[in-house]
This record gives sequence, structure tokens and C-alpha cells, in this order.
Amino acid sequence: MKVWTKKDLVGLEVLSKKEIELILETAASFREISTRQVKKVPTLRGKTIVLFFFEPSTRTRSSFELAAKRLSADTLSISTSTSAIKKGETLKDTMKNIEAMQVDAIIIRHSASGIAQTLANCMGPSIINAGDGCHEHPTQGLLDIFTIKEKKGRIKGLNVSIIGDIAHSRVARSNIWGLKKLGATVTVCGPRTLIPKDIEKMGVNVTTSLPQALKNADVINILRIQIERQKAGLFPSLREYAIRYGVNREKLEQYAKDDVLIMHPGPMNKGIEITPDIADGKFSVILNQVTNGIAVRMAVLYLVCQSHTEVVEQEL
Amino acid sequence: MKLLIKNARVIDPKSKTDDILDILIEGNKIAKIDNNIKDNDADVFDAKGLVATPGFVDVHAHLREPGFEYKETVLSGSRAAAAGGFTTVCCMPNTKPVIDNQGVVEFILAQSKKAGLINVLVIGAITKGSKGVELSEISDLKDVGVVAISDDGNPVSNSEIMRRALEYAGMLDLPVIAHSEDTELSAGGVMHECYMSTKLGLKGITRVAEISMIGRDIELARYTGAHLHIAHVSCRESVNLIRDAKKSKVNVTCECTPHHFSLTVESLVDYDTNAKVNPPLRDIDDLKAIHDGLKDGTIDCIATDHAPHAQAEKDVEFDCAPFGIIGFETALALGITNLVEKGILSLNQLMEKMSYNPCKIINIDKGYISVGGEADITIFDPNQEWKVSLHNILSKSKNSPFIGKTLKGRVVLTIVGGKKVFAA
Repeated sequence: MKVWTKKDLVGLEVLSKKEIELILETAASFREISTRQVKKVPTLRGKTIVLFFFEPSTRTRSSFELAAKRLSADTLSISTSTSAIKKGETLKDTMKNIEAMQVDAIIIRHSASGIAQTLANCMGPSIINAGDGCHEHPTQGLLDIFTIKEKKGRIKGLNVSIIGDIAHSRVARSNIWGLKKLGATVTVCGPRTLIPKDIEKMGVNVTTSLPQALKNADVINILRIQIERQKAGLFPSLREYAIRYGVNREKLEQYAKDDVLIMHPGPMNKGIEITPDIADGKFSVILNQVTNGIAVRMAVLYLVCQSHTEVVEQEL
Repeated sequence: MKLLIKNARVIDPKSKTDDILDILIEGNKIAKIDNNIKDNDADVFDAKGLVATPGFVDVHAHLREPGFEYKETVLSGSRAAAAGGFTTVCCMPNTKPVIDNQGVVEFILAQSKKAGLINVLVIGAITKGSKGVELSEISDLKDVGVVAISDDGNPVSNSEIMRRALEYAGMLDLPVIAHSEDTELSAGGVMHECYMSTKLGLKGITRVAEISMIGRDIELARYTGAHLHIAHVSCRESVNLIRDAKKSKVNVTCECTPHHFSLTVESLVDYDTNAKVNPPLRDIDDLKAIHDGLKDGTIDCIATDHAPHAQAEKDVEFDCAPFGIIGFETALALGITNLVEKGILSLNQLMEKMSYNPCKIINIDKGYISVGGEADITIFDPNQEWKVSLHNILSKSKNSPFIGKTLKGRVVLTIVGGKKVFAA
């Protein structure tokens, strides 16, 4: 029997293949709940889950909130504008106060890499990383893998190409860790200025050529390009980026496989990293990713909250 | 008042002494060094099994006063320094206000006199407000005892200003201590740029930010003939550049810190802000190059870059935490544990890099044990193992990545001007 023992979900780097598979299996069993007339089960009744978002987010936040609610947990949503952070309190102090309110899990999104790990080390409640800086976004990685598996039936042996700003992408990192553990071949592609130092040591292929990344790919995961990166001198213009790295119909027809999957973690800059016809076209599974996100997050909440309860009972 | 140190292993790098001897101190001077000294009036300290060596001298520390007294004060820093065996400490000018005028220097010297523990020497700012625009009144600073000038923490970006600073300080025989960093190249960086920074998702600082500026500063020193002292060398290419510069007779010296000869970037694996330091901890190859540099004399001395920060400042998001590691109280033990025990330096060489050599760099007549000389002596047990903990650190700040580590070598007695300022 597979048992989940981790209090937190900080990233996919620290998970074993078995743990990732357990989340995916659990997610598969939860997926059906969201298709019911009454989209609610009592699994986490009586649990309090806090959503603490220090960065703007629509998709991830809604997805987590719905996941918690469909498991009957009570949720509390806090955003930067209403928190004490602006009054000079440190993040740790704020979190210690939340902890003192006896909550069971805290879902955190923050612009600082490592904050989920730091909090996990010093807090009693489960910490679930909903994206920390450029470090990891584990539930996005999991829902991407879940979607690939759903469509392709497997992960092992697939070629997955991730295109775009790899340097600043927590989505890329979580995908790489997860996909590599499950046996996929991963290629990252982008301008040299957006490929971080020594990333090949993560076990990925690196290319600066989009055609190279498209060839033989079973899955193409396209990342959002942020205009701030251009202003920081990392590439000359969005125009040139779109020409060299934008994924469009011609490039796909010329280089990609006939059954390629097109993914994007959102929000998209249509017309820059991806053309609208591709985003909404037959290869696209972008909305499936969103649907699957809820099941994956239900699985994560369920597993970490269970582990927490067991630990507490053992201590008593 | 007399103090007689009996049966110590006296290590004095200057005279190349390494013998079991007695030392008699009268007043603030060393009166006698010999076998079996007898003096019935003297207070006797039996140093059997212990080493007596010239008091350690630190050419790079931050005492934070004035302006940041919540991190450290001249008094608390002096206590910590004494506990680490330091009898003389040079404090960097990045205080508030900056040490760019006589008033601040005199204030610090007065605070030190009041503390009455160790010798505090002052390093003046290269430029007014350390802003890198106009030279400070360097001659005026020298008149009140400043031993060097530096814009540590705020590196001089403007090469013209750096050139003029070297020329002007050279005229006054003052060393210029360079924190060599291209701040545009390092902007926003929080750790060494490498696979680890990629994994952690933190912005890296490439070695080139240090190497390129060391290259510039060496060439300016070559051109002006002034004494350039390069602070906290962190990577292989920096050591190589300095080695070559010394071979071609450039007037350059340099230091490395205990954390740069002890740790690598691996210390950051859990986002430990206590290991966040500038220049950042590099990789194993750089560590080896620093060891080589210490061994062959390219690296002249060990300086702590003692940089206290309050816990609340370090206990934040990694990106937001200030750079810096405290160093006084672990320097000796790190030297013994990571250099002497590993065969990189002999104990005599370690002592030389912690006492005599730093004195040569800042041109002060200290750092040796001889009859008639100032009685600044540190006595330590080279074999005692101890665990660094929050409770045994005397510094006001506890930002050390070595907390919890067991190290070898501990100071037992620190004597400054004949007076016991620390006793374990």
C-alpha cells in the first residue's frame, strides 16, 4: 500500500517517483467529483485551509479554492493588499499568527524563491507551494503531467519540449523534475539569455533553435514571456521573440509530429509566444490543463492534510 | 602589575619561534621571554598544552557603530573579537554616518577607549558618503589615525575615481582596500551563479563580476604604484590574477575570509540566509584555489569580514535578507579545523596570516611577540572541540552558518596591552 507521509508540498524535486504517481492516481480518482451534480465530498470537512497569495493569480487561486471547497474544507483567502505585510511585519511573523489560528494547511504563492521551503521548516501546518519566485510551482507541474498522461497514456519515453523563458520559470523547473522522474526526455528551448546556468545538469537537452525543439516532440509546453524581461535587456524585442520563438501553424506543420500536444500554463500572450489559432486549435489541451488542475489540487490537499492528521494523532 | 605565562607553546611567526617558553608581562609590555622564568610578584597563568601567539589582527570587520547599534556596537563587537582572540580590529566605514570625516573616526576611537577591551582601528571611506563621486578628505582622515581607506560594500564603480584614490592614498602611504565588484553585472544577484542558483531559482552573481574588477584594480595599482589590498577573494581566477600581479611586482596584497576557505555554495541548499554573503560562497574548485593561494602566499592574510545583522533582518525571504556572516568567534577554529587539520597550512602559517601579515598590510608595529613589544597575546587550545551555538556567541548578532557545527581550537585567554580582556 502506498502511503503519503510528507507534511508539505514544496516542490517536485524532493518527491520520489512513487509519490508523484500516488498524487496522479489520487487525482484520477477525484476527477469524477467535479462532473457530478453535487460537486462536493466530505473528505476534508472540519479542515481549515488558508490561501495566502502575495502575487496576483486568477487561475491557480480559483483552482485551489475550488479544490478545497469540493473537499468540504473551510477556506480563508488572504492577499497582499489586506495583509499585515505592508505594516512592517515580517512574513514569518504573519505566518506564525496564521498558525496560531490553528489552521491545517497554508497554500502560498510568493515572489521570493525558497519561501515555501523556509516556512515548511518552521511551521506546523502543511505548506503547499502555489509558486515561489523562480523556484517551483509543483501543482502546475503535476497537472501538466496528469494532462499528458491522460492524453498520451504514459509519460515514460515521451519527448517533451518546454519553450520560452526557462530562467525565470518555476513551471519549467517543476515540469522538468516531475517528467524526468517519470522517464520522459525533456528539452528546453529559448534564447541563450533566458536559459539558466548549467540547466543541463538537471538532465535536460538544451537548444536555442525552435525547429530543433519542435522536431520529434510529443508535447510542446509553451511558457509565458514577460515584457519586463525585454526591458531588463534579456532579448531585443517582443517582435523578434515572436518571430524566432513564437509557435504558429507553419512551424508546427513544418517541424512537429501530427499528434503533438500543445500546452501553456497561462496566462497567454496570444500572438507572441503562441498564435491564437494554435492556442485554440486541435492540438491544444490548454483548457484540459485547467480542468485537471482542480483534481490534482484536490489530491494534494487530501494527501498533505491526511499526513498532518496522522502525525498529530501519533504525537497525542 | 605583572602577568607570567608559564609553559606555553609560543608561536611567533616574525621571529620564527615555536618553543615551549614562559612570557613575563610587566604593565603593557613584554618584559621577558625565557625558560623557567620565576617571579613571585606575578600573577601566574599556566599555559601547559596551550599555544601563545601574537594577538590576532583583523583588517576587515563591521562594528556597525554609529548608526546600526541594534546589529553591533563597538563594545559588543570588541567583546566578540576578544573572545575570538583578536586584539586589534579594523572597522569598515559603511556606518551611518559613513566614516568619511574626522568626527566619526574620533567618535569610534572614543567608544573603543570607553569599551577598554581591544584596539579598534578605523578604515576611512574612499569617497564622501561612500557614494563613489568625490574623494573623502583622506589626509585629514589619516591625521586622526585611519589605517586604510575603503568603500567596502559600495564598490567604487568609476575607474577614474579609483585611479585618483590610489594616487592620493599612495602619496599618504595608506593602502586602498578594494571590494572589487562590478555592481551592474552583479545587480539583483543573491548567490553564486551556478547549477545551484538554477535549481533554487535565485538570481546568480557570476564570478566575472569580481574577476573583472580585480583585473581593473590591479592595473590601476600597477599604473599608480599605490598599495592595493583586495578584500575577500572568492574565486580561482581572482587568486590567479593576484598571483600574476605579485610576480610582476605590483604592490598588491589580499585577504580571504574563513567562510570562503570553509564553505561552498552547497551551504545554500536549504535557503539558509545565514550563508548569504557577498562575495557569494562559490564552488569546490574555487575553495581549492583559495587553499592554494593561502598555501603559496598569494593570499597574505585571513580577515573575518565580520558582518553582523539582526535576526529579524536575516529571518526573511532569501532575496530580502542582507549579505553578511559574523566571523570573530569562529575564525581561529575554522582555520584550525579546515586549514591546519587538513594540511593546507601549518599552525605557524595560520598564525602568520592572522597576526603578523595583517599588521604589515596596514603598516602597524604589532603582530609579533618580543621583549619590549606591546603585550597583545592570544592563548588558545588547539585541540579543544566545541560546538558553535546561539548561546556561546558574544556578538550581538548571531548570523553564522556555522551554528550547530563542531569545530576544533578555542581561545582560552586574550591579552591586550598586558590586560586580560577575555578569559574562557
